[in-house]
Amino acid sequence: MEAHYWWVIGGVLFTLLNTAAGLIWLERRMLALWQDRYGPNRAGPFGILIVLADTLKLFFKEDWIPPFADKVVFVFAPAVVVASVLMAFAVVPFGPNIVVADMNIGLLFFLAMSSLGVYSIVLGGWASNNKYALLGAMRGASQMISYEVFMGLALMGTVVLSGTFNLGKIVEAQRGMWYIFPQLLGFLIFFIAGIAETHRLPFDIPEAESELVAGFHSEYSGMKFGMFFIGEYLGITLISSMIVTLYFGGWLGPAFLPGVIWFILKTFVFISVFILLRASMPRPRYDQLMEYGWKVLFPLSLLNLLGTAAIKLLIDK
Amino acid sequence: MFSLLRSMWLVFLHTFHKRETYQYPEEKAPLPARWRGRIALTRDPDGGERCVGCYLCAAACPVDCISLQATEAPDGRRYPSFFRINFSRCIFCGFCEEACPTYAIQLLPDFEMAEYDRQNLVYEKEDLLINSEGKYPGYNYYRVAGMAIAGKDKGEAQHEEPPVDVRSLLP
Repeated sequence: MEAHYWWVIGGVLFTLLNTAAGLIWLERRMLALWQDRYGPNRAGPFGILIVLADTLKLFFKEDWIPPFADKVVFVFAPAVVVASVLMAFAVVPFGPNIVVADMNIGLLFFLAMSSLGVYSIVLGGWASNNKYALLGAMRGASQMISYEVFMGLALMGTVVLSGTFNLGKIVEAQRGMWYIFPQLLGFLIFFIAGIAETHRLPFDIPEAESELVAGFHSEYSGMKFGMFFIGEYLGITLISSMIVTLYFGGWLGPAFLPGVIWFILKTFVFISVFILLRASMPRPRYDQLMEYGWKVLFPLSLLNLLGTAAIKLLIDK
Repeated sequence: MFSLLRSMWLVFLHTFHKRETYQYPEEKAPLPARWRGRIALTRDPDGGERCVGCYLCAAACPVDCISLQATEAPDGRRYPSFFRINFSRCIFCGFCEEACPTYAIQLLPDFEMAEYDRQNLVYEKEDLLINSEGKYPGYNYYRVAGMAIAGKDKGEAQHEEPPVDVRSLLP
């Protein structure tokens, strides 16, 4: 049992970090595909070694801390985003029995950890002592706070249906029917909130390179910038795997493939949707984003929770 | 909302479109015939240099990348003793080609001139001269110009009347 545990931790960490690096390549190839280009296709088969080149380049970049920055916080901030996302992965069930920490409050732990990610944005933007970084950080903070609220509320629908916060048990409860069908609204709200949570396009308002240089990480270079980058890709993977776990039956699937493979396949479908969003969506204005969140999605998620609970009560009677 | 989903679908359909990229080193883009690329000095049909060292190209050049020295051969033909183009300065505007009165300097459809050493971008006359008449085949400056050179006196050029003896016209 002890040995199995270490294998799981090592395997999850290895897979995740490699996935995050590989997503750099995947995203560039997919964007290129949807823009009728080829993307990186020279280094190695299908250009996959571009990942190696990118990483080496990041390592050899000057690791500069601006003299006007708050040095301790400046160095600390990029570590937070990677650490918090990796912590959140601890509760994700990758397959039957393949989970780092089988907590009975797994869903709450995920919400807590993904909210911690906002600290890296706020601290990074604040410590940079740069107006654009601070603007990005402020936007990031308010976006995260407002989207965090109904992200949690949307997830409560699945909790009501399955009666547990344990992610493994939520997956098991979907044996009869994936929660995408009874929880379509919840899924849509969670998906939109998830995009905002990972601050990906079209909700990359804290970064908004066309208005804010590079937003909260304007002053970052070298591997510290790389940490934000990896944190973003890990965040995509996390949200995709949570969508799969909560709404698309996790590792469940026809028996000819093992559960882990089903999980990975489904996750990659959603990662591709994230990239498709980036390829096709314009960025909303900042006030539009907040308005959309508070005036549309928040009431909808409350209604969804109310309706789900009512139907659940009716059926149980 | 519908338009967002529609645009996502339309972008997704691009998965099945043909990619527009030219895979450059293997697959070259077609260059137009009038492409202004590498500068060359052409020759006349007899294989002689067309350049007469008039300096008009050097004067027209907006970045001063052309330098040459005119000299004269014993047979009376003018030619440049050296002709140097610094391609690290050249902007390929084609003004030199327009300025050239003898069609000697011409821009060719060729842009693959990259070098590792900047000094290698300075082309001398022997690098610039090509064994071709370029865009004006059959044109020979000395055969249409009234200038006397060895083997062709005044009045022997094409469409040229023999020179008039002005003294014979005196009343």
